[in-house]
Amino acid sequence: METNTIEPKLTGKDFVTDQEVRWCPGCGDYSIIKQVQTVMPELNIPREQIVFISGIGCSSRFPYYMETFGMHSIHGRATAIASGLKATRPELSVWIVTGDGDSLSIGGNHLIHLLRRNFDVNVLLFNNEIYGLTKGQYSPASPYGSVTKSTPMGSIDFPFNPLALCLGANSTFVARSMDRDPIHLREILKRANGHKGTSMVEIYQNCNVFNDGAFEVFTEKGTKKINTLMVEHGKPLVFGEKSEKGIMLDGFKPVVVNVADVSANDLWIHDEKDQVKAGILVRFFNKPSDENALPRPFGVFYTEDRFCYEDAMSAQLVEAVSKKGKGNLDTLLKGNNTWTI
Amino acid sequence: MNKQTEIKSNVVILFAGDSGDGIQLTGTQFSTTTALYGNDISTFPNFPAEIRAPQGTIAGVSGFQLHFGSQRIYTAGDAADVLVVMNAAALKANLKQLKDGGIIIANTDGFDAKNLKLANYPEGVHPLKNGSLDKYKTVEIDVSKITRAALADSGLGTKEMDRSKNMFVLGYIYWMYNRSIENSITFINEQFKKRPELIDANIKVLKAGYNYGETVEAPMQRFEVKPAPVEHGTYRSIMGNQAAAIGLVAAAEKAGLTLFCGTYPITPASDILHELSKHKNFGVKTFQAEDEIAAITSTIGASFGGALGITTSSGPGIALKTEAIGLALMLELPLVIVNVQRGGPSTGLPTKTEQADLMQALYGRNGEAPVPVIAAYSPSDCFYAAYEACRIALEFMTPVFFLSDGYIANGSEPWKFPASADLADINVSFAKNELKEGEKYLPYKRNEKLSRPWAIPGTKGLEHRVGGIEKENETGNISYDPENHEFMVKIRQAKVDKIADYIPLQTIDNGNNKGKLLVLGWGSTYGSIKTAVKEAIDEGYDVAHAHVKYLNPFPKNLGEIIGNYDKVLIPEINNGQLIKVIRDKYFVDAKGLNKIQGLPFSAAEIKNKIIESLTN
Repeated sequence: METNTIEPKLTGKDFVTDQEVRWCPGCGDYSIIKQVQTVMPELNIPREQIVFISGIGCSSRFPYYMETFGMHSIHGRATAIASGLKATRPELSVWIVTGDGDSLSIGGNHLIHLLRRNFDVNVLLFNNEIYGLTKGQYSPASPYGSVTKSTPMGSIDFPFNPLALCLGANSTFVARSMDRDPIHLREILKRANGHKGTSMVEIYQNCNVFNDGAFEVFTEKGTKKINTLMVEHGKPLVFGEKSEKGIMLDGFKPVVVNVADVSANDLWIHDEKDQVKAGILVRFFNKPSDENALPRPFGVFYTEDRFCYEDAMSAQLVEAVSKKGKGNLDTLLKGNNTWTI
Repeated sequence: MNKQTEIKSNVVILFAGDSGDGIQLTGTQFSTTTALYGNDISTFPNFPAEIRAPQGTIAGVSGFQLHFGSQRIYTAGDAADVLVVMNAAALKANLKQLKDGGIIIANTDGFDAKNLKLANYPEGVHPLKNGSLDKYKTVEIDVSKITRAALADSGLGTKEMDRSKNMFVLGYIYWMYNRSIENSITFINEQFKKRPELIDANIKVLKAGYNYGETVEAPMQRFEVKPAPVEHGTYRSIMGNQAAAIGLVAAAEKAGLTLFCGTYPITPASDILHELSKHKNFGVKTFQAEDEIAAITSTIGASFGGALGITTSSGPGIALKTEAIGLALMLELPLVIVNVQRGGPSTGLPTKTEQADLMQALYGRNGEAPVPVIAAYSPSDCFYAAYEACRIALEFMTPVFFLSDGYIANGSEPWKFPASADLADINVSFAKNELKEGEKYLPYKRNEKLSRPWAIPGTKGLEHRVGGIEKENETGNISYDPENHEFMVKIRQAKVDKIADYIPLQTIDNGNNKGKLLVLGWGSTYGSIKTAVKEAIDEGYDVAHAHVKYLNPFPKNLGEIIGNYDKVLIPEINNGQLIKVIRDKYFVDAKGLNKIQGLPFSAAEIKNKIIESLTN
């Protein structure tokens, strides 16, 4: 977008609406919306060109709190609504806000088709591994055995690995961040906006009412550094209190090593363009308590340049006009074969 | 030999054969030529549900019925004067459609032992030889043999030669009805541009069929059907689905909007998608979504962005779209939902016609969710009904149902097409930022039509949020206030009711303004009712016909019209749906005539009921 259309310079406050925010006190959504509102002015997109679309769920109240165009739609369909909007208005900056129930369960079908079509939109998937708005049932992201209101004896559903699913659907941008790391989240949001194509951002978000602490080993001081792996393009995969641990590939098998024991060249160097390695990275999905658990990675795992549906669609219209000329309604009404009486 | 020519005022021909026999092509070719000659005409194809059902079986029979005449024609005809059968199964499946004394033209090659067995004739029974067809006139021709003989020097293989069999039949029927083969020659030249050897072969066989009538030493009748006294003007042939698609494109053009059609393939609606996808040079964007729900929700997204949003489907798909229709209604965005009805419930009868989704259109949603409904009554009326549905959707910011059905969607008729300049204007304007300093934009502030403004993304200063949760009047903010909810429910209803001020009054199609019996129809039953009522009036019965196109809201004078008759008869291809609404709204003791066989009414069925109603 051209910056010269913006005057005066907007701030985060310009993206706050007059509506009272109704998330539970302490909800991770507060941090996420704050980071989104902070990042928005930096994107240099005129406010009227921005559209937030959501489905149903706690996170889906998001558009009401964003001073942009917005639609709070129906359960699971934000992705499909955004597709139609982007198909007809490619110049808009379209953001989808969804949760793990909304996008992976009821809207699972639309999510995978959005990703393969690669509309140039951004998906913010607030993953709290629980249904919050309906008050505490397990979601497709809840771990096996989760005891919730609807699973008093523990969930017997094997959960999705959301980003592995997205990569399987040929997503062209796959990233993960968390509500408790504002700096990281803002960076990832900017990267998502910069990517041409569907940007898939999974955000670990704490539901302090129904699933408190689901991600605390990854988000809290004390445990964060040994259980998370912050990846950066071109940098080796290292983690730990003092970055003393690293990841090496033994064939296709990732293993944890002491950085001191290996030469720097032996460590896995992150390459965002490598789809095979991204496939391995998103499958770092152990519980931290598992034996030989790999750390949970955060950052941009994969990016790819691939044509966007809306551009191909527009190109066909241009081609049709160049081949057949601009449509003439009277010619269409007349058809190819007429007779006069 | 005896080759007399008999003058007929109208003729029904039913072509039937295996789905691979080119029956639809034969039928449409004869139709086009006949229309060009100046007859009035109505056609109806009857496909098997299976794409390639086993050859020679009854399940695999494809039919094409054509009614043409020197008088006005309103239906594809009750019963056939001529039945053309390419094999034994085609005869077995369609004989009951033939009038007593009618003509059967049979391809004898399709009646060998194997074909008889596939058609389930008992061992030793041969319908062409056992006298069972004595009340008909049967013309037996070994079409395969003659076709192969005609192409002996063509160098084509037997299989390819046999593909031209339909051209022989077409040529023969052209001879029977004294029609020129020129139009079909032009068609063949165009169709096989890339395979010149097939051009020669097909033309040769077409001529062979024509010449067979001319030269064969057998008593054969020829018929003449003179041009019909139709309104002067320039005509084209049109099918219902094609007309609907063109109507949608026309509406988008007149409104100056991009047409977006989010849809999912379903019988019998897919042809609208096929037709729309040919018109990308009009800026038409067709989106084949991953399912019915994405089809409509993507369309809602497009409407939010300022496009003319269309979603097309049939009953089962509409069922899946239900929740999203409610969303469009809450958002108050324009959207046209096309339902080309088919036999239901569930998967039902995909290739057969029915009018059983009227209740679904009127009431099939959660909550108080009124949606305007418009139904087309003929193939060409699909154009006007689709156009009108768009106009109402755009001018009233509401989802609108456009109902068609398999009978008119696949049927065709001549159409005196309009000039674009003669189409009604569609007034659309996006909201502009005219706010004063400090003034808040009110996305749900209504105009005199109770319609809200269409403020599309990209309009500086009009940033706003819409959603499916109940909203506060004017501001559109979330509101759970009890009084506000009741107010909003009532105002959404009032908006739909208000449309009655902006649609034409109901007219009487035929008959007196007052009298003993009113036949009240809707949708594709028009032709059958029209024909039946016309005949009954000619015979002196006191009956009139009114056909309702606007089913929600009804025209303001409908109740008054109904009150002008002693009795009301409502024929429907369902178990009684419009009748429930009419009884509910106007407290009238209307009687129904219902047929639920996946087939349209014959005019005779309706006429019999009219006479019964007037004599009891």
